Amino acid sequence: MGILDKEFSEGNIVIAKTEDLFNWARLSSLWQVGFGLACCAIEMMATSASHYDFDRFGVIPRPSPRQSDIIIISGTVTLKMATRIKRLYEQMPDPKYVISMGSCANCGGPYWEHGYHVLKGVDRVIPVDVYVPGCPPRPEALLEGLMKLQEKVRNESMVKKSA
Amino acid sequence: MALKTEEMVLNMGPQHPSTHGVLRLELKLDGEIISDVIPHIGYLHRCFEKHSEAMTYPQVIPYTDRMDYLASMYNEFGYALAMERLMGIEVPERVEYIRVIMGELQRIASHLVALGTYGADIGAFTPFLFCFRDRERILHLFEITCGARLLYNYIWIGGLSNDLHPDFIRLTKEFIKDFKPNLKELNDLLSYNAIFIERTANVGVLPPDTAINYGVTGPNLRASGMKWDLRKDDPYSVYHKFNYEIPVGSGAKGKIGDCWDRYFIRVREMEESLKIIEQAIDQIPDGDVTSAIPKRIKPPEGQIYTRVENPRGELGYFIISDGSLNPARVKVRAPSFVTMQVFPELCKGWMVADVVAILGSIDIVLGEIDR
Amino acid sequence: MKTAEEIFSILKEKFGDSIIELKSDKPVEPFILTAPLEVDKISIYLRDNSELLFDSLMNLSGVDDANGEKVKDENGNEIIKGGNLSVWYHLESTKLKHKLTLKVSTDREKPEVATVTEAWKCADWHEREAYDMYGIIFLNHPDLRRILMPYDWEHGYPLRKDYQNPEFYQGMKVPY
Repeated sequence: MGILDKEFSEGNIVIAKTEDLFNWARLSSLWQVGFGLACCAIEMMATSASHYDFDRFGVIPRPSPRQSDIIIISGTVTLKMATRIKRLYEQMPDPKYVISMGSCANCGGPYWEHGYHVLKGVDRVIPVDVYVPGCPPRPEALLEGLMKLQEKVRNESMVKKSA
Repeated sequence: MALKTEEMVLNMGPQHPSTHGVLRLELKLDGEIISDVIPHIGYLHRCFEKHSEAMTYPQVIPYTDRMDYLASMYNEFGYALAMERLMGIEVPERVEYIRVIMGELQRIASHLVALGTYGADIGAFTPFLFCFRDRERILHLFEITCGARLLYNYIWIGGLSNDLHPDFIRLTKEFIKDFKPNLKELNDLLSYNAIFIERTANVGVLPPDTAINYGVTGPNLRASGMKWDLRKDDPYSVYHKFNYEIPVGSGAKGKIGDCWDRYFIRVREMEESLKIIEQAIDQIPDGDVTSAIPKRIKPPEGQIYTRVENPRGELGYFIISDGSLNPARVKVRAPSFVTMQVFPELCKGWMVADVVAILGSIDIVLGEIDR
Repeated sequence: MKTAEEIFSILKEKFGDSIIELKSDKPVEPFILTAPLEVDKISIYLRDNSELLFDSLMNLSGVDDANGEKVKDENGNEIIKGGNLSVWYHLESTKLKHKLTLKVSTDREKPEVATVTEAWKCADWHEREAYDMYGIIFLNHPDLRRILMPYDWEHGYPLRKDYQNPEFYQGMKVPY
């Protein structure tokens, strides 16, 4: 008999705070918009492939932003693309989260000095929750970024509104 | 009362699960049939050429990696070859052999991504996972050599940054032994699958004369029946010492030059690359890989255009030097940029679902198109 | 297979003054300097002549020679006046296996070059890119508009040596 059998042998009532239950449900199935820009997108695809599986954390790619919880900005954001990213972000329903993956999305990356068409950091157009550094970050680094986001969701509160 | 029809404009926007990157296609439709396609690019323009004018010659190499991020070794190879021809540097033979091995491993890795994502676009998700599993083995080989999985900064002007890891040759032989049955598995899963053949045979035929006029090279040109490969027609490095064939499209399942041909050429090319790697590992000589790297790279005034055979076609570097430490102009002739021009011709008359099949078969990388 | 000197003499016979000279002093490749407004006729001849048969345009690139004089404009920034912008063509024949390099030079203030899209359709997007990055106008081009920068970019031509970054674009700060 395992632990779970002992817990549920006398009646099936689990007591928890509503906030904890909702947060646990939300962080275990964060669905992402299938959105890859540049080299970091290949590492994101490798993270969702079988070697470093993303699916065991509940993250599956959805084609449309209206059906997803997180958007992973993977790759360089250019000025031409920035207006479209803003529109994609506004199409996502609340509560939504943003992971900025790679140096280019964090702060402009190797193109910070002479890039006349590169936006130096995606946080100039949308608010970011987690920054994952690297050029490109290893799949393990992206998984750690996801786990930090899960920590953040775990501590959220429905009563106290955040900014 | 007469019925009338109007042309509809549909946008396959920069965010789309099947466009292989940030590409915007404006489709002009007559019902479901396409009358015109207008591609809009520039969503990933990262100012590579302006950066290369501000950096010194060796500092440009990490930037060349990031243009075609699926074939980074070949980008560096092309640049280093152009600079060595401009400056007249002779590299040791061991360096040439290692460059060829890395280049061919990179070709296999790039084709695996192309085929895996093409299957995923058509609707078959399992080959995608199988291809990425094999690709992880190759990335592990790269990682023990130079420390990085995707963007290497390994091939320098005049040599390499460091020598091979002691276990590299043994692990490569094991990889080759394990990969041959996996290729057969991929063929059983995808290449001879009846649904895949229905979707891709006879679709998007590219005649060879149109291809040459539009400047298409690489596997797309060979699938149209023309035997043109820079490794044999304009040889560079030590490719003339190996025994390998150039696969040409033969119209086995439909017309010559359709999407199935372009797909199957890449599978055959992976087999030929395995042959080259096996021969190179047997023949590799000893030597010092960093001995020919000059202390300061200051080429004479002049200009040069060199080309190599990327997994996607002919990658050309046009470098103008004015005698100082920074280049005056570095222009990259990207194969995907040229192939994107012929795309509207291929799509006319087909349906919207075929656009996805044709786009996947020409295998573009947006980082290279926009630079 | 023909060398650059033989091709130069064939072209000089047919076109006379439009073919200016053959420069082969600097490394590595020799190139032929031609007149900018005659390049379209020369390109069709190069493609169709049975001894030359250049059926493939490998590359077309714009270059800023930056050989004018540097002056300061009203904001104190350094701009270049006078001098040349040039366009380089790299051609190849897949049947006869020879290559050729052509160069044309135009004024920086009024850069105009004839288009070669009739001979090789490959030149279409390459010329659009040269227009986008340098401002070189290609006469008779079927569709000359910006290709890599946004369509409403009005802050100049980025790859010129005296290009200045704007401060804001559509509300986003551009410099670091």
